[in-house]
Amino acid sequence: MRYEQYIFLIPLLPLLAFALLGLWGKSFFRQYAGIFSTLLMAVVTVLSLYAAFNYFLVNGKAGGVYQSLIPFNYNWLNFSQGMSINMGILLDPISVMMLVVVSIVSLMVNIFSLDYMKGEERFGVYFAFLSLFSFSMFGLVLSTNIFQIYIFWELVGISSYLLIGFYFEKPSAVAAAKKAFIVTRFADLGFLIGILIVAFYGGSLDFNTLLARLGNASSPQSLSITTASFMGLSALTWSLVLVFAGGAGKSAMFPLHIWLPDAMEGPTPVSALIHAATMVVAGVFLVARLFPLYLFNGASQQVVVVIGTLSSLLAAMIACTQTDIKRILAYSTMSQIGYMMLALGVSGYVGEAGLGYSASLFHLFTHAFFKSLLFLCAGSIIHFVHSNEMKDMGGLAKMMPLTHLCFLVACLSIAGLPPFSGFFSKEEILAAAFAKHKFVYAVALFTAGLTAFYMFRLYFSVFWKNKNRLYAHRADTGPMMKVAMVSLAILTLVSGFVPFTQFVTADGKPFTSHGDLAFSIGPVAIAIFGLFIAARLYYTDNNRAEKWSQSWRFLYRTALHKFYIDEIYLFITRKIIFNGVGRPAAWIDKHLVDGFMNQLAAQTEHFSVRIKGLQSGKLQSYALYFFAGLAGLTLILLYFWK
Amino acid sequence: MSQIPLSHVLFLSTGLFFIGLYGFFTRRNMITMLMSVELILNSVNINFVAFNKWLYPQQMQGLFFSLFIITIAAAETAVAIAIIINLYRSHQSVDIEDADEMKY
Repeated sequence: MRYEQYIFLIPLLPLLAFALLGLWGKSFFRQYAGIFSTLLMAVVTVLSLYAAFNYFLVNGKAGGVYQSLIPFNYNWLNFSQGMSINMGILLDPISVMMLVVVSIVSLMVNIFSLDYMKGEERFGVYFAFLSLFSFSMFGLVLSTNIFQIYIFWELVGISSYLLIGFYFEKPSAVAAAKKAFIVTRFADLGFLIGILIVAFYGGSLDFNTLLARLGNASSPQSLSITTASFMGLSALTWSLVLVFAGGAGKSAMFPLHIWLPDAMEGPTPVSALIHAATMVVAGVFLVARLFPLYLFNGASQQVVVVIGTLSSLLAAMIACTQTDIKRILAYSTMSQIGYMMLALGVSGYVGEAGLGYSASLFHLFTHAFFKSLLFLCAGSIIHFVHSNEMKDMGGLAKMMPLTHLCFLVACLSIAGLPPFSGFFSKEEILAAAFAKHKFVYAVALFTAGLTAFYMFRLYFSVFWKNKNRLYAHRADTGPMMKVAMVSLAILTLVSGFVPFTQFVTADGKPFTSHGDLAFSIGPVAIAIFGLFIAARLYYTDNNRAEKWSQSWRFLYRTALHKFYIDEIYLFITRKIIFNGVGRPAAWIDKHLVDGFMNQLAAQTEHFSVRIKGLQSGKLQSYALYFFAGLAGLTLILLYFWK
Repeated sequence: MSQIPLSHVLFLSTGLFFIGLYGFFTRRNMITMLMSVELILNSVNINFVAFNKWLYPQQMQGLFFSLFIITIAAAETAVAIAIIINLYRSHQSVDIEDADEMKY
């Protein structure tokens, strides 16, 4: 049997796990919920790897170009001729690559959670949610059309909401879950409008059809969508920017990033899976999926570059000042996704011009491993220290040697030092940026330095500073946690050596990218510089960091308050929307709409009080009324009936 | 023998009807009220028979209808007596004023 034929098992097995654990996770499966879900995910991982092996190495290519295969496409809702919503499976380099990433990270997070969530009251429910998320994410990456991706897009949103709010007895977790839900929903509104515009002009929802029609300047659909304009921009630009807004919401790009740091209220393995490796890169995946259109419409690609670059820089600056270990990682995720976006933004299409595209997805690939590793290590540390705050940690290197080693590997990787995986992918992104746009390159380079600085600030503060600190409660890192961390550390070490441009390219034709040694000197030097500063400030207990923050007070305070973006949002929502729109609307509702109804009820009651004396319970008076009525009617009839 | 005119018979039935109505409105005893209802029904019967005889002598509908009403009245009396007996058992009285639980 050919491998395409059982691809449908990849999303459906987690769905099965979700259904079974969701129904019986608290009773029948209570003991074995974790094992069950993990085993199913292991099967899925094997299937994904086998599919990837077959697709990339055996028969995915035809004539030297990777084909986009649709082994299965079910016509779900048919609107009109040629316009339908399908449910199907699309295999192409990026979806197969994402299958591998999602399944491996899901598996590792499942394994890690076996120990991390042990003894949790709602253990089965947790694994049910994890499985729901995996199902939705697989569905998202395998989508054949833009509406299917939207459906799964919302499904990952809801699983993210459920998992962020997993500890729903904590008010902060509930607030964070709501915030994530509302912000991404706001972004998804843009996505939906973008889909509708694209579908209206393109006459189809199918990715391949859309790309073929709209990406071809001479087709009638493309002509109509580029000539139709609204507020000076063409409909194509509008739709792509709106779709990108949806992607930016999911991927926590500026200015829709505010939910991601708060989302760290969820259990740490969830942050590793959803808010580091898989769901937050859905935006990158979406842009990559529609990449030919973004390329065809230069203006929307410009937006992608600007937002990506700005997000990566801002997030890196904020990360330098935060003190909550998970929030630092959240901002670093945002910064790295900014990198991926900017790489897509500077990419071309054919051959080596498409380096940025490959680099972006390569970075997605490596980032998934090292960032989920960082989160799992953070989970292990939090498990040990029972706190998220960096000031409660220090000198952990001796106490948790394995976690220390894994964390170091991931830090070196994200800082972009050879031969760790982050080096290779970041190198390609920088090379692509350098080739296209020197300013973007400069910003990205500076961000690379900042990345090294804040990661090693975290590393030194957690593992070296305050060497002799004593810890009251010590919870050991469980064996399953160790297995997950070590596996991801190994993946972090080897994933950089994957010849990625051989597999995933913009036009499907493999090419060989050759790293330039001279080019690497700059990024590596600035990373080492950042590492060195971090070591000087945080390796031992000293007050140099405070002095620095004093002398750079304005910048420090601004970054510490996250550039006041949350405050701006609060100002807009509270002062403008609540006061300007919400209050008047509430007043109208309360006084006019409700008032009218209340008056109606009050008048009715008033009237009925007056006439209730007629209801005397005396049969004879009723009979009298009856007779009087009858006589009256008779008189009327006699008088009017001519 | 000269025929008495229709209007005389109608006067009789109207008289009976209003006597019945008066009894129904003024008597407090339920048995008496039932008797009043019977009077009203009988006045209707007289009307039927009279109209049949004076206006459509070849036809029989009026006669049949009054027979039908007599039957219905018998059944209705049985039901009404049963209700009154039950009411008497629960209220120890057949006074209509005592059965006023359904008022506001």
